[in-house]
Amino acid sequence: MSHSSNPSDAAVGHHGAAAAVLKEVRPANMPRRPIVENNRDFAWITDKVCGIAEGKTPRWWWIAFIMSCMIASFTLFGLIYLVSTGVGVWGLRSPIMWGWAIVNFVFWIGIGHAGTLISAILCLLKQKWRTSINRAAEAMTIFAVACAGIFPLFHVGRVWFAWWLFPIPNHNAIWPNFRSPLEWDVFAVSTYGTVSLLFWYMGMIPDLATMRDRTRMVFEKRYAEAKTKTAQAFERFFFTFRQYFYGILAMGWRGSNRHWSNYEMAYLLLAGLSTPLVLSVHTVVSFDFAVSHLPGWHATIFPPYFVAGAIFSGFGMVLTLMLPLRALFGLQDLITQYHIDCMCKICLATGTMVGYAYAAEFFIAWYGANAFEGFAFVNRAFGQYAWAYWIMITCNVISPQFFWTRWGRENLWFVWILSIFINIGMWFERFVITVTSLANDFLPANWDYYSPTAVDIFTFFGTFGLFSVLFLLFIRFLPLLAFAEIKSVTKQADAHAHGEHH
Amino acid sequence: MSKTYGILALFESAPAIYQAAKKVRSAGYTKWDVFTPFPVHGLDGAMGIKRSKVPVFTFIGGLMGFTLGMTIVWYMGYLDYPLIVGGMPYYSPVFPFPVAYELTILLAAFGTLIGMFTLNKLPMHYHPVMNYEKFRHLTDDKFAVVIEAEDELFNESEVRELFAGLHPTEITVITEEEKA
Repeated sequence: MSHSSNPSDAAVGHHGAAAAVLKEVRPANMPRRPIVENNRDFAWITDKVCGIAEGKTPRWWWIAFIMSCMIASFTLFGLIYLVSTGVGVWGLRSPIMWGWAIVNFVFWIGIGHAGTLISAILCLLKQKWRTSINRAAEAMTIFAVACAGIFPLFHVGRVWFAWWLFPIPNHNAIWPNFRSPLEWDVFAVSTYGTVSLLFWYMGMIPDLATMRDRTRMVFEKRYAEAKTKTAQAFERFFFTFRQYFYGILAMGWRGSNRHWSNYEMAYLLLAGLSTPLVLSVHTVVSFDFAVSHLPGWHATIFPPYFVAGAIFSGFGMVLTLMLPLRALFGLQDLITQYHIDCMCKICLATGTMVGYAYAAEFFIAWYGANAFEGFAFVNRAFGQYAWAYWIMITCNVISPQFFWTRWGRENLWFVWILSIFINIGMWFERFVITVTSLANDFLPANWDYYSPTAVDIFTFFGTFGLFSVLFLLFIRFLPLLAFAEIKSVTKQADAHAHGEHH
Repeated sequence: MSKTYGILALFESAPAIYQAAKKVRSAGYTKWDVFTPFPVHGLDGAMGIKRSKVPVFTFIGGLMGFTLGMTIVWYMGYLDYPLIVGGMPYYSPVFPFPVAYELTILLAAFGTLIGMFTLNKLPMHYHPVMNYEKFRHLTDDKFAVVIEAEDELFNESEVRELFAGLHPTEITVITEEEKA
């Protein structure tokens, strides 16, 4: 408190000396890039973000929505076929009993992690640039967790007994085995999904209130434009729907500062809770592997390595989603080049960490002098799945290195393509970890080559459709950017802008 | 019949509302509030709002979650249906830790949200301030301070005088419908 209450005293004390030194060294003037460019005012920010959900539905949205529904139907039919036939329709056979299902599960869960990183960890680190991307990234988290959950849920075989995963009394009077990392995973992933949803929703309340307060204005504008009787009837119905939809969800938020005080504290606490949560989720996911005794899985490096990989893949996905949205909705002033730079740099850092982990695994496999462990790693890089290993290395370790250069970060088509590579690479990482260790274990007599079936491929392909359907609905109905937060980090939000100079 | 809820002064900028909050507070009013479209940094201090009590709810939630996690594992694996798995003990504080850890976070998060709603008395879908014709701007780009008629020091002309000295965009009386 003493520091913040009289900063002017300290400044005056050092001012004379500092000025003398500055005269000598002549530091370069390096202004911080603004979070919101072109000095946009509050009303502009509100109009811009709310306008996305309030205007006419763009044609591309319908095309994308219908296509996504069709793609999502692949998952639906894949699952119907699986449930009616049996898990054997997936390419699982001894010794590879964990195939694409676990790969896809870890892949989607990992993607979710960037959302929580942006909303929680960057909030605690007071990174103001997070405000422009956190809402969409949190939505991405929730939808990714929904896609992830499908795979273990249906992998249990008799999906109608999936509720046995939870400690609910059943007619066998048997409880779950709490010594198993798979049971820990049930708690970790369901907690993660729930807390992400709470955090996302709470963060949206002030923005939903803004949208609620704009419904009448929007209705009047849209009603005036409606030409036919049907269009007018639709506008009246849509107005009523929006009034209730935003009205109920906004919980009667009215922007009272006495509320903001509790809200800000709650937000900080949720950020503080989500941080250990997100780290624990992928740690527990890595325990699914690391607690087993299989060479290539039984490694203490797994938790940090999985977390770094998860953040890496998640930021890849954020870039994949946000770059087209930024261009489509003209959000260049809110998601600036500075934001893209920051995301690229995080990709670079986490991608390099992942690369370091690959190298460390190899080193430990050699240094540990365990023949099976050593074989597992040489087999990964040069065995029957070498193609997958080198796709992984190329996409995860080499491709983010382009982000060292300014050109690599400012060429948005290039960034977007690299972000796709990151997604592909991280999927292959999970494939390599899961399949190579299982396919070539201790006894060569057991070995086999795993390939997915068409059902595997369709089910996974369809989850991209499911994810897109949910994300497109989110774009149309909810505030895409956390504009109340964006306003609070603009220059004009500073309450002391004029006060301090008196 | 409608009665006066309070008097509102509208401001255009964050520094203006900050100064206004300081003045209203030093004038000694207790039942008053400030409405802003986003959390204005330092406004809590200017208004004299005490540190939020939300952490109490979070702590209670977290404690309940941890206890619940440890208790269910002990009850289910040790008391209700002991089952030998891999020669491991029926109960140990170590292996249930991930479960207790996740439940700590889960219930702490629910505690936080419930705490925020409880302390803010939300949901409250109607509030007299919403009768203000420019209420829409209070969640958009404008700021307001309201002194309630229930305040002991409330006196319409004095409040108007105080507000006039702050140079607001406008001063309005907020009314509310009398309950039948």
